[in-house]
Amino acid sequence: MGVFRHLKNGILSENPTFRLVIGMCPTLAVTTSAVNGLGMGLSTMAVLVGSNVALSAMRKIVPDQIRIPIFVVVIASFVTIVSMLLEAFVPSLFEALGIYIPLIVVNCIIIQRAEAFANQNSVLNSMADGIGMGLGFTLSLTVLGIIREILGAGSVFGISLLGASYEPAMIFIQPPGAFLTLGVLMGLVNFIEYKCKEKKVQAGEKQ
Amino acid sequence: MNLILIVVGAVLINNFVLVKFLGICPFLGVSKKVETAIGMGAAVIFVMTLASAITYVVQYAILEKFNIAYLQTIAFILVIAALVQFVELVIKKISPSLYQALGVYLPLITTNCAVLGAAIINIQNEYNFIESIVFGAAAAAGFTLAIVLFAAIRERMEYSPIPKALQGFPIALITASLMSIAFMGFSGMI
Repeated sequence: MGVFRHLKNGILSENPTFRLVIGMCPTLAVTTSAVNGLGMGLSTMAVLVGSNVALSAMRKIVPDQIRIPIFVVVIASFVTIVSMLLEAFVPSLFEALGIYIPLIVVNCIIIQRAEAFANQNSVLNSMADGIGMGLGFTLSLTVLGIIREILGAGSVFGISLLGASYEPAMIFIQPPGAFLTLGVLMGLVNFIEYKCKEKKVQAGEKQ
Repeated sequence: MNLILIVVGAVLINNFVLVKFLGICPFLGVSKKVETAIGMGAAVIFVMTLASAITYVVQYAILEKFNIAYLQTIAFILVIAALVQFVELVIKKISPSLYQALGVYLPLITTNCAVLGAAIINIQNEYNFIESIVFGAAAAAGFTLAIVLFAAIRERMEYSPIPKALQGFPIALITASLMSIAFMGFSGMI
């Protein structure tokens, strides 16, 4: 059961983008289209699962004082592997993500999970945590990408959705749109949460 | 002339924070007070200028020479991590108050994508040694400009009535969006 709890944890209650607010740079930078968001999310997830499993397996032999440099080297190795794979098999995505692929190394999500989770938990749980967190991250990036692509280009995953008569609001695929979309979306998530809490309180009072 | 173009480009047109989205974590995290924002900016300028110089040497004197350019990511992040540790020691010694103000964010410069980003962009754009250093310093100055302006706006915002759901990060992101629009006015200057 624990495994499923860790999966759900990453997607909902500790969603890296909306709850923990970490890993903001790629979130804002690459979500100009749904495909890019999905690609970045999955690449990060691959690195996260790999590093979580490796670091969790090594947790008993890693001396505490130099754990951060070890984390960083392990993570950087996985990033190098993922970047080579992307370059070989999906060159178009590799081009589109550009400098943000090597920058997965400094994505706070990965080192935060290594430090807070993989360093203390078993291999299986760490893998589940990596998959959950990765899925949560992928989900937020894809949603952001879809919204920005619809508003900014009138399409989803490259398929035209709103027809030729739609005048795309270019601003949404440019940098200001990234901040604006994420800000409004985060506000919306908070708003829904407050409403839910109010309802719970009211239901509690009635009883 | 070339150097001036690099400076204007890095500070205003391709501002690291508002256009390239590098260094968003400290931008959102340490921007509640102008004072700490200036301190953070200064630390980043220092680290990034040094990192640009050192990573240039590492790239051309070690990685390319021994034909192991694929180890770039690993080598750069290690060099930067060591450098940040060094800067931390120096600041702790020279100015304990600044050290206290920057708190957890100083070690976080290691995971500040702006520093690694600048190093990689230097190599990608094939800048020479001088250009690399100038680009690193200018990009960091752009970061400082953005974070200080942003902190000043956030200080004012403390006293404004903001809807509950938008308090904290959401309103900060929306403010950043407006700043980003302002910086877009510089595009096309070169």
